[in-house]
This record gives sequence, C-alpha cells and structure tokens, in this order.
Amino acid sequence: MTQQAFVRTEMLPEKVPPASTVGVVGWLRENLFSSWGNSVLTVISLAAIWYVFSGVLPWIFQSVSGTASLTECREVMNETWGSTHGHACWSVVNERWLQLLYGFYPDHLYWRVNLALVLTLLALAPVLFSQQMPRQMIWLTALYPFIMPWLLWGGSIWGPVMVALGFLLGYAAYRILEPIAGSLVAVIAAIAAPVAWWFLLSGSAAGAIDGLVPLGIEAVESRKFGGFMLAVLLGIVAIGCSLPIGIVLALGRQSDLMLVKALCVGFIEFIRGVPLITLLFVASLLLNLFLPPGTNFDIILRVMIMMTLFAAAYMAEVIRGGLAALPKGQYEGADSLGLNYWQAQRLIIMPQALKISIPGIVSTFIGIFKDTTLVSIIGLFDVIGLAGAIRADTAWNGIYWELFAFIALLFFIVCFSMSRYSMYLERKLHTGH
Amino acid sequence: MTTLTDPPKESFRLGMLIYDTRYRSMTIQAVAMLGFMLLAAWLINNTLTNLNTLGKPIDLGFLGEPASYDINQRLLDYNSRDTHLRAAFIGILNTLLVAVLGCLAATVIGVLVGVLRLSKNWLVARIMTVYVETFRNVPVLLWIVLALAIVTEATPHPRTYKGVETGWFIITNRGAYLPEALFSRSLGDIHLFGASSLRFDVSLDLIVLLVVLAASIFGVRKVNARANRIQASTGDRPTTWHVNLAIVFVPLIVVLTALGFHLGYAELKGFNFKGGTHLRNSLIALWAALSLYTAAFIAEIVRGGILAISHGQTEAASALGLRPNKTMRLVILPQALRVIIPPMISNYLNLTKNSSLAIAVGYMDITGTLGGITMNQTGRELECVLMLMGCYLLISLSISAVMNWYNTRVALVER
Repeated sequence: MTQQAFVRTEMLPEKVPPASTVGVVGWLRENLFSSWGNSVLTVISLAAIWYVFSGVLPWIFQSVSGTASLTECREVMNETWGSTHGHACWSVVNERWLQLLYGFYPDHLYWRVNLALVLTLLALAPVLFSQQMPRQMIWLTALYPFIMPWLLWGGSIWGPVMVALGFLLGYAAYRILEPIAGSLVAVIAAIAAPVAWWFLLSGSAAGAIDGLVPLGIEAVESRKFGGFMLAVLLGIVAIGCSLPIGIVLALGRQSDLMLVKALCVGFIEFIRGVPLITLLFVASLLLNLFLPPGTNFDIILRVMIMMTLFAAAYMAEVIRGGLAALPKGQYEGADSLGLNYWQAQRLIIMPQALKISIPGIVSTFIGIFKDTTLVSIIGLFDVIGLAGAIRADTAWNGIYWELFAFIALLFFIVCFSMSRYSMYLERKLHTGH
Repeated sequence: MTTLTDPPKESFRLGMLIYDTRYRSMTIQAVAMLGFMLLAAWLINNTLTNLNTLGKPIDLGFLGEPASYDINQRLLDYNSRDTHLRAAFIGILNTLLVAVLGCLAATVIGVLVGVLRLSKNWLVARIMTVYVETFRNVPVLLWIVLALAIVTEATPHPRTYKGVETGWFIITNRGAYLPEALFSRSLGDIHLFGASSLRFDVSLDLIVLLVVLAASIFGVRKVNARANRIQASTGDRPTTWHVNLAIVFVPLIVVLTALGFHLGYAELKGFNFKGGTHLRNSLIALWAALSLYTAAFIAEIVRGGILAISHGQTEAASALGLRPNKTMRLVILPQALRVIIPPMISNYLNLTKNSSLAIAVGYMDITGTLGGITMNQTGRELECVLMLMGCYLLISLSISAVMNWYNTRVALVER
C-alpha cells in the first residue's frame, strides 16, 4: 500500500512576526513613519520639539535666583554665561511668591488662609469621593460655609454663628409648622423666619453676645485680600453657590408656568449675552446704587454676588441640556409612580440629568475659576493685578516670562486636576453598558 | 337601571387656589410676578433716590459733548473734538473688527489642530494635545497680557530698520505695518449720515470692486450650472476651470488697472514708520491671544464632531465605492457639521465677549471707550454701563440669530 497523501500529524510552531512589525521598530513604523506624509510630519514635529526644548530647558535651568532686582540678575547672567538672552531670572518669583499667593494678607496670619484651604479640601472630600470617606464628615461640609469666611475675615465669631442660627431657625419653623399647617405654609415660614431674623435681630443679638462673651480673632480688611488666594476664594464661592441656583433656573426654564419660564429665560439670556467684565463694573460701580441709600457693603462680597449670578446662568444652560437629554419615559415613569413634582425631580430626574451634564458642569467650573482673574480689571489685586504691580516696580521692570509662567502654572494645576476629576467621576457614575 | 349624571358643580373656594392643581399654577405665577415687580420697583426706587442724592439724574446729554481723547486704532475718521457718541461708535466697530478677525483665525487654527489631534501620527497628536490643554487651562486674560508683553518687549525698535527703510511686513515694538491699497484714479467716497456722530465714509472703489466680484461669482455659477446640465444629458463634463478663472480675474484686473491700484508701503521717516496699514500692538496681542485661546476649544469641538460620526458611515461609504476624500467631503463632514455648529456658535459668542478684555491692553473697543474713558470722564456710570450691556446684548443676539439661521439650514430634517 502506498501512501497517497501527506497528512501532517503535528502542528508547526508559530513563527515570530517580522521584525519590522513588532517592538520599537514596529511601533515607530506604524505610528510615526507609516507613509511619506507622516514621515514628513514627524520630522517637522521633531524639529519643532527640538527648537522649543533647546530654548526652554536652558532658560529654566541655567537661571538666576536670589538677586534683588532684574539689573542684578542681568549682571550675574553676563558674568556667568556672557549674555542675558535665554536665561530666566527666578529671583522675582523667589522674592514675591508669598505675595502672589496671599496678596497683602498680614504675614503672621497666613496660617488662617492655609487652614481655610485645608478645611476646604476636607469639606470637599465627602462630596467628591462619597464612597471612600466616612459619612460623618458631611457635618464638616455643612459647617464649612460659616467657618471659612470667619477664618479669612476674622472678627467676632458671633456673626457667623448668628447667620447659621438663621438656617436652624428656618429648619425648625418648617418642622414645627409642617404637621400643623401643611407644607406650603411651612415653606413660607421657613423662608420668612430666617430672613426676618437676619435683617432685624441677628445684628443686635450678635453685638449683645459679643459684649458679654467677646470671642474673636484679628479682623482682616477686604482690601488686603489678593493673589491666588482671592482667585480660589471667588472660585469656591461662585462654584458652590451657582450650582443650586443654576438647578433652580434650569427647572424654571423647563417649567410649564409661563411667567416663571419667561423670567428665567430673560435672566439667563441677559447674563449670557453680556461679558463678565460689564457685570463686574456693575459690582464695583452700580450695586450700591441699586440698594437702599447708605448701604455700602464689601467689594469682594459684591464681586462674589455678580460672579455667582454669572456662573448660575451658564450652569442653568448646562443642566437644561442634561434635562433635555433625558428620555421622556423617565418623566412619565415618575408620574406613574405617583411622585409629585419635587419628589420626581429629587429621586428620578435630577440624579440622571446631573450625571449627563457632569462634563459641562465641570467645564463651567473651570471657566468660572479662570474668569476670576477678571477682577484685576476693576482694581482688585489678584495674581494678574499683582503681576502688573510687580512689573511696574523699578526693580523688576521688563520682566514678564518668569512671572506669567509661574501664574500660568498655578492655574494649570488647578484647572487640569478639575478636568481629570470630571473624567474620573464620569467613569464612576457610568452605570450603562 | 342607572343613569349617568354630572357630578355636582363644585363651588369655588379660596382654598382651591392653593390645594387644587387646576388653580395652583396660576397662584404661583401671580405670586412670582408680584414678587418680581416688587423687587424691580424696589431696585428702581432705590436707584432713583440714590441718583437724586448724588445730584445726577439719568441724562444721556453727555453723549453729545466732545470726547477730547484720542483713539489710535480705528476704522473710521475720528478726532478728539468728536462727541462721546462718535467715540462709542468707533469702539463698537473696533469690537466687531477684533471679533471677526479672531473668529476667522480661531476657526482656521482650531479646525487644523482638531484634525491633527486625530492624526495617526503619534507625535503630532501628542503635540496638539499639549497645545489644547495648555491653552484651555490658563485664563485668557493671562494670555492677552502675556501676548502684549511679548509684542512690546521682544520686538525690535523702529531704528533697527535703518538701512532697510521699507518692506512688505514690518514688525516693530510700536506695532506691525502692512501695505495699504491705494487708488491713483479713485472714485472718491460716499459720505453716509452727513456730519453726524454716526457718519460713515464708504469708498466707492471698494463698492465697485465688490460689485464686479459678485458679478463674476454669478457668472461662475452660471457656467457650472451649464456644465452640470451638459453632464446630466450627455455624461461628459466640459472643462470649465479656465473659463471660470478668466471670468473671475479678467474683470477684476481690468477694474483695478482702471482705478490705478497700487500698494502703499510703510516707510521709515525719522524715528517711526509712516504710511501703510498700521496694526497697533494692542490689536495684535488681543487678536493673537483670543484666537489661540478659542482655537483650543474649537479644536476639541471639531475632534468631538468627527469622532461622533460612527465608523459604520465610513464603511458604508467605502462599500458604495467612494474614495477617501469623497467620503470625507460627502459623508463625514456634512454629518459632523451638525454636531459641530451649535457649540461653535457659543465659542464665537465667547470670543466676542472676551474681546471686552481689550481694556487690559488698552485697545479701544466699546469697553475701552464707552465703558472706560467716557465713563471716567463724565462720571455717568449707570448710563454708560447700561449702554455697554445693551451693545453687547445686541451683538450677541445678532451673532446667535445669524448662526442659528445657518444651523437650521444644515440641520437634519426629520419627517
């Protein structure tokens, strides 16, 4: 019997792939030199990178610091490298970094700003990382809005305590009246009681208690606030307050009540149609005109109000997008369960709508934080205002890259971390497939 | 046997205003309206009282007074004896100028960067990511101030041009100079609005050129329509490009020669350049910073728009036998545009509103004139700020109206 055909009984071992498609060479071929056009692009990019780095790296590392003025810096540069070109003078950052961070805040009180920042992080932690943090920390978050201003502005502790008491009063009014007179009356009382307390009684009460038990820390005036701290302060307040107001405005805009809707649309479109700088002009020049004669309250507070309103209008549009993206079935499902409007919003609609709008919300946050620099135009000394003042100083006249690089780095760190956090949150809340 | 009877008519009780959902919405609206009107009345009353105490009731008369300050970068004629209204008008034109220039530059850079971020080339994509993240995460005001510092401190002094004297494009620390268009046999200007504050000179040469250009474009479209007809009936498309080229350029060149068109270059006279089109440092800094900043956002929008088109579309197009460039032009881009346009509108609006930061670099836009020097000189804060807001509202609403009209044109029409 002859063998008719050859049948292989064992498999051949796999061959290694061609050397040009794996490893470093393969990666380079695929990603950098896949075609003529790509190779040209790669070479141009490499040239650009070389150009930038060959200028920037010596500038950063072959630099001078510790001198008292730019002229001295240039002398040192001339001695060391023979030219002043292409070398940074970090002395200005070295000398002024505390001022750039804290403004004119008294230097023996820097610990209060630092403590406020730590408290901010602690108060944010249970909100940002709700699963990893103990639930009790939320109490710190609730107390934070009263502690933070007291730490920064100082003065008697009884002021913030009285403000906090107003909120407690409102809550108590609601809980007492709700079983007796129904929810509507209770809500009205819960709003009216604290307002009456704040405007009529709290001032004199705080004064009286302060007379008995003077408990306070050194007060710091608003005009001493400045630097990066001011940006962070304005950013935190505008971001924190704009979210709830934005939600209310977005609901108002989606509402069936024609008048409420018209008011919300008018407000949102007006704010979004004008630049922030005009609103800051209103804060610095006009807000006192709109209030009863003799009212004169703090410029930083006025700026906070206008920035919050500004942020709220943008936030409302972002949240409206989230509400619109929600399928109608969710609304109908909530109705069919017999939930009333607020229950449906709280339990069904808002959790989903807010989740959809996270990227938009965070980019609004970042935008607001960056926009806090505009206060330098109305004369507050935030980082950019201070940079202008430093550049006008005869010792540092003519310096710009070093200062602006430092400021840009500060903003970049904060904004970039915010955008990364939003990506983390999106992944965490992603419950779809 | 049962009979159906209407339920007895409930008589209206006051409590129903709160507890009956049929009436409750009206109650809420009435309360909201009342609250709003009370608030508005309170604010207006406060304002009027305060203004009376200050002794300056609302009065727009200051707009007619001489402004007595100079505006160095301007599109129309203006001198310091002109009124505040004229200054504000020049300011609005400056705002529009930087907004239009900025939107154009930002779109070009943004689309380029957005496409390059999707490049298969790893290095190019990374570089573009670095660009986008750097510009998006640093305040625009910082970029504007930095750009001004660069163009004033890192550019040469005019005296370094001794020996060169003139050129196409000259950068000095006092601004950039471009050639200007001059007509030796000019037809003159039309003076609109006489000698009022809104007077507006339009060059007749420019109008003639635009009319000729429009006629040429009309001609080109006619030729293309004819070519389409012939292609539809016979299958062969006649070559049209040389006819089109002639239609566009021959009349244009004839008219330009007839008007005596030539370029006027900037020349070094003494310590400074004279003549040519002078772009001030403030305009260049503002333009560059706004364009680069907004381009980073536009790049992300373009990238998102292209990624939003599912891969199936590309595959379907290649299944139909379309070549890659036709796939891009006929399938991907028209769909991506629908995703891209709405956020693009809001970025154009942002750029226009951010142009108000001109005040930080001394470019005299509407914020610098009406909201800056005019307000400081006359002390009319209320009137100036309200007019300023009105101007910006008008500009924003016009831009969004135009762009929304365009958006509805390209939007998908469903059923």
